[in-house]
Amino acid sequence: MNGNEGYVREINGPVIKGVNMGSFKLNEMVTVGSHKLIGEIVSIEGDIATVQVYEETEGLRAGEKILGTGNPLSVTLGPGMLGNIFDGIQRPLQRINSISEYFIPEGIGLLSLDDEKKWEVHLVVKSGDRVQAGDVYATVQETLSITHKLMVPYRMSGVVVEANYDGLYSLNESIVVLERENKEQICLTLSSKWPVRRPRPVKKRISIYKPLITGQRVIDSFYPIAKGGTVGLPGGFGTGKTMTQHQLAKWCDADIIIYIGCGERGNEMTNVLEEFPALIDPRTQRPLMERTILIANTSNMPVAAREACIYTGVTMAEYYRDMGYDVAIMADSTSRWAEALREISGRLEEMPAEEGFPAYLPSRLAEFYERAGCVETLGGEEASVTIIGAVSPPGGDFSEPVTENTKRFVTTFLALDKKLAYGRHYPAINYLTSYSGYIHILEDWYNENVSSDMMKLRAKMMRLLQEEDKLNEIVQLVGEDILPNDQALVLETARMIKKGFLQQNALHKEDTFVVLKKQYMMLKVIDVFYENALLCVKMGIPVSTIRKQDILQDILKMKYDVPNDQLDLLNRLMERITETYQSIRQKYE
Amino acid sequence: MRKEYLKLDKVEGPLIVLSGVNNVSYGEMVSIRIDDEEIRKGKVIKIEGNQAIVQVFEGTAGISTSNSAVAFTGELMSIPLSKEILGRTFNGTGEPIDGSYQIISSVRENINGRPINPVARKYPRNFIQTGISPIDALMTLIRGQKLPIFSGNGIAHDELAAQIVRQAKIKDADSDNFAVVFGAMGIRHDSADYFMKSFQVSGVLDHVVMYVNTADDPIVERISTPRCALTAAEYLAFQNDMHVLVILTDMTSYAEALREISSAKEEVPSRKGYPGYLYSDLSTLYERAGMLKGKEGSITLIPILTMPNDDITHPIPDLTGFITEGQIVLNRELSQKGIYPPIELLPSLSRLMKDGIGADYTREDHADLAAQIYAAYSRVQDVRSLSQIIGEEDISDVDKRYLKFGRELENRFISQEDHENRSMIETLDLGWKLLSILPVDELDRVKLEYLQKYYRNEGE
Ligand SMILES: Nc1ncnc2c1ncn2[C@@H]1O[C@H](COP(=O)(O)OP(=O)(O)OP(=O)(O)O)[C@@H](O)[C@H]1O
Ligand SMILES: [Mg+2]
Repeated sequence: MNGNEGYVREINGPVIKGVNMGSFKLNEMVTVGSHKLIGEIVSIEGDIATVQVYEETEGLRAGEKILGTGNPLSVTLGPGMLGNIFDGIQRPLQRINSISEYFIPEGIGLLSLDDEKKWEVHLVVKSGDRVQAGDVYATVQETLSITHKLMVPYRMSGVVVEANYDGLYSLNESIVVLERENKEQICLTLSSKWPVRRPRPVKKRISIYKPLITGQRVIDSFYPIAKGGTVGLPGGFGTGKTMTQHQLAKWCDADIIIYIGCGERGNEMTNVLEEFPALIDPRTQRPLMERTILIANTSNMPVAAREACIYTGVTMAEYYRDMGYDVAIMADSTSRWAEALREISGRLEEMPAEEGFPAYLPSRLAEFYERAGCVETLGGEEASVTIIGAVSPPGGDFSEPVTENTKRFVTTFLALDKKLAYGRHYPAINYLTSYSGYIHILEDWYNENVSSDMMKLRAKMMRLLQEEDKLNEIVQLVGEDILPNDQALVLETARMIKKGFLQQNALHKEDTFVVLKKQYMMLKVIDVFYENALLCVKMGIPVSTIRKQDILQDILKMKYDVPNDQLDLLNRLMERITETYQSIRQKYE
Repeated sequence: MRKEYLKLDKVEGPLIVLSGVNNVSYGEMVSIRIDDEEIRKGKVIKIEGNQAIVQVFEGTAGISTSNSAVAFTGELMSIPLSKEILGRTFNGTGEPIDGSYQIISSVRENINGRPINPVARKYPRNFIQTGISPIDALMTLIRGQKLPIFSGNGIAHDELAAQIVRQAKIKDADSDNFAVVFGAMGIRHDSADYFMKSFQVSGVLDHVVMYVNTADDPIVERISTPRCALTAAEYLAFQNDMHVLVILTDMTSYAEALREISSAKEEVPSRKGYPGYLYSDLSTLYERAGMLKGKEGSITLIPILTMPNDDITHPIPDLTGFITEGQIVLNRELSQKGIYPPIELLPSLSRLMKDGIGADYTREDHADLAAQIYAAYSRVQDVRSLSQIIGEEDISDVDKRYLKFGRELENRFISQEDHENRSMIETLDLGWKLLSILPVDELDRVKLEYLQKYYRNEGE
C-alpha cells in the first residue's frame, strides 16, 4: 500500500469512477470498497480515475474507499504454476475453492502462488560469482519433467555476496544476496513479479525454422505451425475450435502448455482437469498435467478479468520461455477477449469503431500476437512462444472485425468450416481455404527430418483436392457417372485423402495422435494407390473396377489399424496395393 | 422508517432517475410507492455521484416525477426458498401468483447467483433417456448438460419440450429426487396453459416449480424470471440433492427485453441492436447448469428459443450456441412435411455425448452408429440436390439407396408419436436397420466388429 486513498463516485457494472485520485498511476492495481475488490486504473483525468474491477460490483456503494497498491497489475512468477489452474488475474482456483466451496465469492483478495510450500532448491551460483539479468542462480525440479530455473531479474546485475545451501525453501525466502554496482544489496528469492501488460525482454529475436509437431495430420502435413509462430483458428459454434485446441494441448511437442479458457465454458476446463492428469506425454512418459498451466476465466466470471487473462497467460509463457523452453499458448477464445474490450470500452463511453469494438482493437490484437516468437533469451538460450488463438465469428461469418484483424497478424490460418462439421468431417479444418505461411520456411526441416519428398507429396495431394473441388461443380450438375475415367479417379483419390487422411478421430486411441513418419507414409500409400490406378485407367480399366477392390477398405482404415510404432505395416500395404492393381492390369492385357 | 425520496429527476422507458441519494449500493432493491396506492419494485443499475438510476420491474407507466415515494431497501434482489416451492407458481420476481401463501423461509438467495468454480464442477457423464430416437441416438442429452432447442414460430417446440419432461428417464433418479423448474418469459397464455396441463397429465405437477412472465406482463420482469428459476434450481439441486430439469422459454423474448432496456439506457448497440454484453449475460444464465463434486444433484437446462426468420446466424441462437453444449435444431420444412419432432440432424449436436455413451453407458456401437448416420445423411443432402437436377432415374444405384435411406430415416427414425417412448436399445437397433439400406462398404465410420454384429443385409 502506498497510502493513496480515493472514493467511489460512479458505479456502472465492472467500471467505476473514483475521486481524489490524482496521485494514482495508470494501470495501478487498487482495491475497492469494504470487500477489497481488485481493480486496475484504466484512465486518469485530473482528480478522477476510472477503474475496471475484476470482481462483481453488486453491493458496492458510492463513497467507499479506493486504496492504491503502488504496483501495476502483475503476476507472481515462480515454482508452483505447472499443473495448476488460475483465474484471469492468477488467483489459484483450488485455493479459492477451499476458502469458499463451489461458488466464487468476491473480495477474497489477492492470492497467487502457494508461499508456504517448500521446494527443493539447487543453487548454481556461489559467492563471488558475477551475474547479470537472465542468468540462472538456482533450479527447482518443479515437476518430474520440468526444471524450473530461477533467473536474475531484468536490469539487475552484480556480484553474489551470499548464496545459501541447497535445501528446502519456500517462495519468498532469500537464497542469494546480490550486491549491485552501487553497493545496494538485493535478496533473490524463489519468485519475482512482472507486470502483465509488458512483454518480457529477450536478447534478440531469431528466425523461425522448426515446426510445432501436433500429431494432427491436416496441420502437420498440410498447414504446419512453427515453433514461435502464430495461428488463428476461426469457426462458428460447434465447428471444433475447442476440440482442436485440446488436441494441440495434449499432443503438440512444446515443453510447456498454457491453456487459457477465455470466456468459454466451465465444463471444458473441468474436462481438461479430469483428463490431463491421466494422459501420458508420449515424449516424457509423464502425465500431461505436469507441463500444463490452466487459466480459466469462464464466460460467467467477471468480464474485466477476461480482458486480463490473456495477458496473465502470455506473461507466464514468456517466463518459461526465458528458461529456454518451447512454450505454446492456446487461447480459447480471443473473440471473448475482444468482446470484453468492447464492453469495457462501451462503459468508458469511448467512441466505437467497427461493430462497436474500440478503435484500438487491431493494435491490441497485434500486440498480443507479437509476444509470440523464436528468441535468444537473456540467458543465451534458444526458446519460443507459439500462440494459437481461437476466434468465434458471429454467425460463422469471417468478415467481421476480430477474424479480419486476426488474419492480419497470424501466419497460419486454420479455417473451421460449418459444412464439414455438419457432415462430421473432423477436424473440420477447411483444406482449401486454410493456409500456412510457414510452408517454405519449414521445407528444409521436413525434407531433412521426414523425407526429401514430403513437401512434393503434399503439393501433389493439394492439387488433387483442388482439382476435385473444380470437378465437383460439374458433378453437381450432371452426376458423377459421365465423367471420363481419369477425372473419376481424381474424385476417388480425393475422397480417399479426405476420409483416409484428413479426417482424424480425436476420440480414437490410435488416431488421436499420429507421428510424422506415419503421416508421411500414409500419404505415400495414397500416392501408390493413385499412381497404380492411373496406370489402370490409362489402359481403359473403369474406375468402378478400381474402386471395387477390398484393398480400398484397408487404405481407409490404415489410420486405425496401423499403430504409430508398427509402420512397417504400411510398407506391406503399399506392396499389396501394387500387387492388386498389377494383377488387374495383367488380366486386361 | 426508511428515508423516502419524493422527487424524481426523470422518468424514461423502464428507468427512473433520482438525485440527492446517499449510501445507495449498486444492484440494491428499491420500493416505489405510487400515489399511495401501488407499490412497485426496482433495482439500482447505475450510480453517478449522488444520483441513482433505477430500473422499475413492473414498468414506469403511471409514474410522474412527483407522484411517487422511493425507498432504498438496503437489500440485493433475492427470493425465499424452501422445498415448499414445489408445485407452486410465481411471477418473474418470485411472488406467488397461484393464489396460495407466501413462501416463508430463513433461506434467501440472491437471484444472480455466483459463478461456479470450474474446479468444483463434476464433468457430466450420465445420459438421460428421452425416448425420442433422434435425440437419444444422435444428440444424447446428458444429466447436467445445457442443451437448447432452436425453433421457429409455429413449430412444435413446446410439444417436444413437454415430451422430454414426460419421458426423461435418468438412470438412477427416482421420483422423489426429481424436479422440473419452468421459467417462461414473454410467452402466450395458451402456451403457459399447455405446459401446465401437460405437467398435470403426466402427474409431475407437484414436482414442478413455475416462474411465469406472459407476453402481457412487464418486460423488465423478463430479466429476473430466468434468474429466479435458476436460483430455485440451484437450491433444489445443490442444497436438496435433486435432479432438476430446467426449461426456459422463450429466450428470444428474454433477449428482446434486454435489448429494450439497453436502448433505454442509451448503451452502444452491437449486432442487430442487441447489447454487446448479450453473450456474457446469456452465459450467466446458461452456465448455472451442471453438477458439483461431492453433490448428488444436477441441473440440466433446456432453453427454448425461436429463431427470428428461422435464421440460425441471428445473434440469439448464435450466441446461445456458443455457450451451450450443443443444440437441437427444429426445421420448418420437416415440420411442414408432417414430421414430428421436426429435428434437423446436421446442425444438431450434443457435445457432452462423446463422454456419456458407449459400452459403459449405452452400448458399445453407439458412437460409430451416430457418426455413420450423420455422415450418410449428409451425403443424402448432396444426392437429393443432384437428383433434383438430373432426375431420380439417372442417378447411380448407390445414390438411389441413399435417397431411400434419407426418406426412411426421416419417416421412421426422426419421426415418432408424441407419446411414443422408445428405449435406447430400440432406438439403436432401429438405426442399424435403416443403415442396412446402404451397401456395407459405404459404412466407413463403423468398426468391422460392429458391422458384423449389427448390420443386416437388405431383405433379411
Ligand atoms: N477432431 C474431432 N474429432 C471428433 N469429434 C470432434 C472433433 N472436432 C469436433 N468434434 C465434435 O464437435 C463438437 C464441437 O466441437 P467444439 O466444442 O470444439 O466446438 P467449438 O468450435 O469450440 O464451439 P464453440 O465456439 O461453441 O465453443 C465436439 O463436441 C465433438 O463432438
Ligand atoms: Mg469451444
